[in-house]
Amino acid sequence: MTVMHTPKGFGVPRPSAAGPEPEQAPAEPVILGDDAELDLSADEAAARVEQTLAALDVELVGLGPVKRRVREIASLLQVDRARRQFGLTSSRPTLHMSFTGGPGTGKTTVALRMAAILHALGYIRAPRVHTVTRDDLVGQFIGHTAPKTKEAIARAAGGVLFIDEAYYLFRPENERDYGQEVIEILLTEMENERGDLVVIFAGYPDRMATFFSANPGLSSRVPHHIAFEDYSYPELLQIAELMVASENFRFDEPAQEAFSEYLSRRMGQPRFSNARSVRNAIERSRLRQARRLVELRRPLRKEDLVTLTADDIYGSSVFRDSTDDSR
Amino acid sequence: MNLRHGTFSYLPDLTDEEIAAQIRYALRHGWPVSVVYTDDTHTRNVSWEMWGLPMFDLAEPDGVLALINECRATFPNHYVRVLAYDASLGRQTTAMQFLVQRPAEEPGFLLTRVEGVDRTQRYAVTSYATSRPAGARYVRG
Repeated sequence: MTVMHTPKGFGVPRPSAAGPEPEQAPAEPVILGDDAELDLSADEAAARVEQTLAALDVELVGLGPVKRRVREIASLLQVDRARRQFGLTSSRPTLHMSFTGGPGTGKTTVALRMAAILHALGYIRAPRVHTVTRDDLVGQFIGHTAPKTKEAIARAAGGVLFIDEAYYLFRPENERDYGQEVIEILLTEMENERGDLVVIFAGYPDRMATFFSANPGLSSRVPHHIAFEDYSYPELLQIAELMVASENFRFDEPAQEAFSEYLSRRMGQPRFSNARSVRNAIERSRLRQARRLVELRRPLRKEDLVTLTADDIYGSSVFRDSTDDSR
Repeated sequence: MNLRHGTFSYLPDLTDEEIAAQIRYALRHGWPVSVVYTDDTHTRNVSWEMWGLPMFDLAEPDGVLALINECRATFPNHYVRVLAYDASLGRQTTAMQFLVQRPAEEPGFLLTRVEGVDRTQRYAVTSYATSRPAGARYVRG
């Protein structure tokens, strides 16, 4: 940015009398020679990416394939940057993605991290994720859909547009559904070469499969399909530990056993949604802990406030009746 | 004649990058931005027609630029202006407004003097372009 010469006192800023200032060095860096060497790890963006990836590894339990894929995409962009420094031009890689996985498998969390990585590597302008669902895109009457969709795209510009439960956009049973219009507008926007919008479609695997097979045009423009697998039992236990610790609580010994028993029962029940169910279970045991503490009617110590006991967990309806489905 | 109108009126016409930068400035201040157009540029014609709706809660200017380009494509011979409205208490007014398109040919204005009672003189300004019907103005040839 050129700094204009500002006169002291009152006046209009004018370029200095010595003629126009020399143009600041353009953003285009020096092109390296054919036999120059480039250290990828020396790139200052690489450090930031490495930080984000490390955070991803620490904060998210399991999800091996997802982490590997995120790393691959980060490497792709890093290599692309390196190629540009050698003056090798190629088209911008397309980075629209689809995240498929059961409920509570961390799709939204990974989207947030992905935005941070893409921003660190200069692919998008801001590490921002604009989350929308069908309601935010589809209008209620003819001519309402296009402005709504364009508004959502405008808000997400320069960042990531995260379309949660994207399969709702396509309703095969109603051919006059406006969802199709949304898909068409999204397609033109995704084709746009200079726009740096990244669209992420997220949803449950089976329904996303039908969604993509019904929209081949869309499927072919989404090169990265990332599948989020359901968490295993030990992974869920680890997640519970992390969640409890991050809320400044802890399970005592019997509670730990109680929770693993709870989990094995709950996993067998319908509508089990992975990490989200674990979070809800912890929230409810906090509720029971609070009630227990109030009913104690004695002065409390820090220890009391922090500890979740086995009773707090055995109070769950999961233990009451194996035929009772209520959570 | 080059119509001088709004903020930056005495600067050369802004490029799209400069327009984007100005819109980004407005958005950073939390001013919703809207696009308006007209082919009747009398000084007293303050409210131009709106193109689309005002855009709220944007972070980046891309959406506004898309709107501007739509408007330019539809009205290639109109004046197009961007408005940034400051809704904060105590201001509640247009914070910034600048032209983003002007017709290729601007014929200018006619100044008419009218003799009143007691030799008073009143002035009227008429755009030459408005001698033609709306929609057919500022068209070359």
